[in-house]
Amino acid sequence: MNAAVLQPTEQVLVQKIQVKNLNFYYGGFHALKDINLEIPERKVTAFIGPSGCGKSTLLRTFNRMYALYPKQEARGEIFIDGEDILSPRQDLNTLRAKVGMVFQKPTPFPMSIYDNIAFGVRLYESLSTREMDERVEWALRKAALWEEVKDKLKQNGTSLSGGQQQRLCIARGIAVKPEVLLLDEPASALDPISTGRIEELVHELKNDYTIVIVTHNMQQAARVSDYTAYMYLGDMVEFGVTDEVFIKPKKKETEDYITGRFG
Amino acid sequence: MNLYTRRLLINRFNLAVSLLTMLFGLFWLGWILFTLFKAGFGGLSARLFLEMTPPPGSDGGLLNAIAGSLLMGAAGTILGTPIGILAGIYLAEFGNRGWLAPVTLFINDILLSAPSIVIGLFIYAVYVITVGHFSAWAGTMALALIVIPVVIRTTENMLRLVPDSLREAAAALGAPQWKVITFVTVRAAKAGIITGILLAVARISGETAPLLFTALNNQFWTPNMNSPMANLPVVIFQFAMSPYEDWHKLAWAGALLITLGVLALNILARVFFQNRTATY
Repeated sequence: MNAAVLQPTEQVLVQKIQVKNLNFYYGGFHALKDINLEIPERKVTAFIGPSGCGKSTLLRTFNRMYALYPKQEARGEIFIDGEDILSPRQDLNTLRAKVGMVFQKPTPFPMSIYDNIAFGVRLYESLSTREMDERVEWALRKAALWEEVKDKLKQNGTSLSGGQQQRLCIARGIAVKPEVLLLDEPASALDPISTGRIEELVHELKNDYTIVIVTHNMQQAARVSDYTAYMYLGDMVEFGVTDEVFIKPKKKETEDYITGRFG
Repeated sequence: MNLYTRRLLINRFNLAVSLLTMLFGLFWLGWILFTLFKAGFGGLSARLFLEMTPPPGSDGGLLNAIAGSLLMGAAGTILGTPIGILAGIYLAEFGNRGWLAPVTLFINDILLSAPSIVIGLFIYAVYVITVGHFSAWAGTMALALIVIPVVIRTTENMLRLVPDSLREAAAALGAPQWKVITFVTVRAAKAGIITGILLAVARISGETAPLLFTALNNQFWTPNMNSPMANLPVVIFQFAMSPYEDWHKLAWAGALLITLGVLALNILARVFFQNRTATY
């Protein structure tokens, strides 16, 4: 609502991503309005809010995914490690190698499970066969998928179940060792067991990565995140430590949404 | 009569009409195939594949015509397919900005439905007249011109069926666009693209008009692409027009051969398309 920088009220943290006066347009539609935000390093930050509030849009500015589409435009500044990624000089491929993303629907590539992981790694590193084998195993173990697929690495990635496919996509995302991991409703298409696995994974991954997660599931946000941002109609309504946002939100709108009186 | 019964009757009526129109179409197709088999089956023998087209009154086969058709069909496909695939990739993957792609697609659709005789005459005018003689190369060019729009259309269509989420997922790993296209998008659309190529081959294997003005015909065997070359459609055309009984028989056998070839290609295309692994 106001343009003041909303900051978590905790001890001093290293800020990984700083968003300053960000506005976003889908053609003529003004989807994000003057967003200011600082996302701390090696923490999980959740974006919540009703459908169409702009949380996915905001997430997609961090790796400039929107740049694939000619009519989408972001204005303002987003600093990652102090560098403005919205600057025209920013190379999109190196940015995306550093800021990984997992999508709502699993998107395995039409190739083997092994190659699904190796594809991203080969883009920026040249590893020996043994090193690559190790990296693939490491990523699959991290994503809690290794035990299920270790005997069928040559099989097509599309032959896995939905939950396995999504963990494959997460493994693929972390195999390239990004610094930031963006999760766009990663569990919304999954059953409770797969969802639980992915939440555990998020917990574990935050030791190494800065994680930003968009979710429709309030309990999930409360369970996995350290910080929560509540958005509504393109505005950043409230941002703070998750416990505070959920237990005693500063804004009436946030409280109404969280308690289910609205949205 | 209540609403439900009325709808049930309307449904039955429409279903019956659909069935009848289907049978009407199938009837003619069945008749054509029946005639073809009846007249052509007797002519099918080993000799067909072992001997050259004969002069009237003597025995012979269709070897030179079969070989010519295969050679020009293969050359036309090899020439036309890469152009078609690359253009299709451009239209589907880079064509969402600017005016060039929509205009190209529109022109391509015109080319797709252009009568093949026009394509034959075009090659005749720009190539055959220039070099002064008919040749297999000219035939190849005409066939390639028919292959290109078919392959462009199917490639473009199949790539558009690949969901953007797959492109986004590859781009999100930091893959440059050419790698996204070659390793992910084209792979996902591979079965469809191959189907398109097979259908293009099926399309050109029966074309007479474009070859009549370009490759013409040749009574004898020749591997020389720079000379006129025999091919099944033109041989069928000539032999069927002739007054000789044994030539008629060979024409029927040739027609049956082409039909069976096209049938096989279509079945192959279907099998390919069905066996594709579900990617999304």
